[in-house]
Amino acid sequence: MDRREEIRGRAWKYGDDVNTDVIYPGRYTYKLLTDEEAASHALEDLDPDFGKKMRKGDILVGGWNWGVGSAREQAVKCLKFKGVGAILAKSFARIYFRNCLNEGLFAIACPEAVDAIQDGEEISIDFEKGRVVTPAGEFPFEKYPAYVMGLVEAGGIIPYTKEKLKNRREERA
Amino acid sequence: MGMGKTFAEKILSRKAGREVRAGDIVVVSPDYCISHENSASICTTFSSLTDRVWDPSKIVITLDHTVPAPAPEYANGHAVIRRFAKEQGLCHFYDLNCHGGICHQIICQEGYSAPGRLIVGADSHTCTAGALGAFATGIGRSEMASVWACGEIWLKVPETIRVYVTGRLKPGVCAKDFILYLAGLLGAGGAGYKCLEFDGPGIGRMTVADRMTLCNMGIEMDAKAAVCRPDEKTEKYLQEAGASDYTAIWADEDAVYKRTLEIDLADIVPAVAKPSRVDNYAPAREVQGEEIDQAFIGACTNGRIEDLRAAAAVLAGRQVAVRTIIMPASCKVLEQALAEGLIQTFVAAGCTVMPPGCGPCVGASGGVLGDGECCISTSNRNFVGRMGSRRSRVYLASPITVAASALEGEISCWESEEQNGTEDF
Repeated sequence: MDRREEIRGRAWKYGDDVNTDVIYPGRYTYKLLTDEEAASHALEDLDPDFGKKMRKGDILVGGWNWGVGSAREQAVKCLKFKGVGAILAKSFARIYFRNCLNEGLFAIACPEAVDAIQDGEEISIDFEKGRVVTPAGEFPFEKYPAYVMGLVEAGGIIPYTKEKLKNRREERA
Repeated sequence: MGMGKTFAEKILSRKAGREVRAGDIVVVSPDYCISHENSASICTTFSSLTDRVWDPSKIVITLDHTVPAPAPEYANGHAVIRRFAKEQGLCHFYDLNCHGGICHQIICQEGYSAPGRLIVGADSHTCTAGALGAFATGIGRSEMASVWACGEIWLKVPETIRVYVTGRLKPGVCAKDFILYLAGLLGAGGAGYKCLEFDGPGIGRMTVADRMTLCNMGIEMDAKAAVCRPDEKTEKYLQEAGASDYTAIWADEDAVYKRTLEIDLADIVPAVAKPSRVDNYAPAREVQGEEIDQAFIGACTNGRIEDLRAAAAVLAGRQVAVRTIIMPASCKVLEQALAEGLIQTFVAAGCTVMPPGCGPCVGASGGVLGDGECCISTSNRNFVGRMGSRRSRVYLASPITVAASALEGEISCWESEEQNGTEDF
């Protein structure tokens, strides 16, 4: 993902402690599904209408502790495959947040913005300036630490690791 | 204010080879990596990175969520892992003919976890291994593929919540009741990004099995890791597990904590987490009489021999009123349960004894719930849909409370003079 890119879309708002099992149920977790199949199950047990109302680039807005529960990465990937532009929440569960960085999906913690946003309205996230722009005003958020930003700018853990392995090979050569 | 360091700060300083504090970012090499059925997906991602794992002796894989394979797609996943393990020469792959079990049980029981070790696992309950004094934390699948490829991972050194535990559990009260109480107290995100450090005479009195139950549920408060102070019981357990070459590490006396809690075990009562949040705490007596359709005893939380003994003591010579699934955490636990006659007790009581694994807890296999059903379970999560239908409900409780409830077909408290939980003196 590119931090210069502005993310703009409609906000779909959910509550506190939205867990991995309602984002991506366990009955699919240990099956090898295609990206499209995985996307079709996104938020299935939380909001069965999500698949219909969601448009590419829309932003999920959650309360405290978004993504609590399992380490299952599909709970991030299914949203990415679905075309979710970013997740904005009051806070994130640790493993979920890490999975977002690793998969190249922006996860922004900004409680003030979440409180100001109404379900369905258009918002944008300016990563370069570190601001969430809503009809009710602009809200600053804390940017990622430099180390983490390197990972994010590489496009996630897989491209990041490819680069690392390439550098190691070159050092040895 | 003290200048000492917490367990997390000390172990990550040692692993990083420099002095670090909470908030610093380190790049460290794990002693062991754990994964299970999700290894199939990890293998696929790994293949896009490189062709050889960094160290085949550091990768531990078990099959536990869907065993034996209940459908062809699961069998196909198992086959991918089997092939990969052979190609890469992985020496710690626990296939179904290899005396395995739930990965979090195997990592402790087989001597992989030990004081001062760093363990990462592609499963949120990796924190269970902290019961033996390791720093153990969960990560996602892609990140595990990266660790397999390059042998290192970045971690932010967490702040720590110290939980100082005194007193003794009353008869019929289990370590599970204590951790459900703590989850209710701290909340589902109450230990977010932090390490939970368990210490004090109350922890010293608990068995290693009990400590595993505590650390297992650290993640339910969103802890990055959970750890118990190692002692003679840890040493004895590790000797039997065959662990060697480790150097214990513990927090300094003057360590700086984010928060310290003091809890007296005498105050703990039989408890449940009501649907559908782990922090929806209630004393079991407050929900007595709530009808159930299924009881489940097992999972990485409570599938150990000590848990089965506690349940068998309740069930012996009686008949369960609802379907009751018993799932030992490993083949070793099953063997012990057979040798002690516990399996006979369960079967005679009308229970369904399953092979080692953890399928029902995650709604994947071996005893899932239908629409409108209610289960009381010794597992660790009661999210909507966790054990099957999104219209089912789950109460979390101790092996004693689950067994007592199975007998009545409704939530019940066990009251017995001679019952002493799983505490050993």
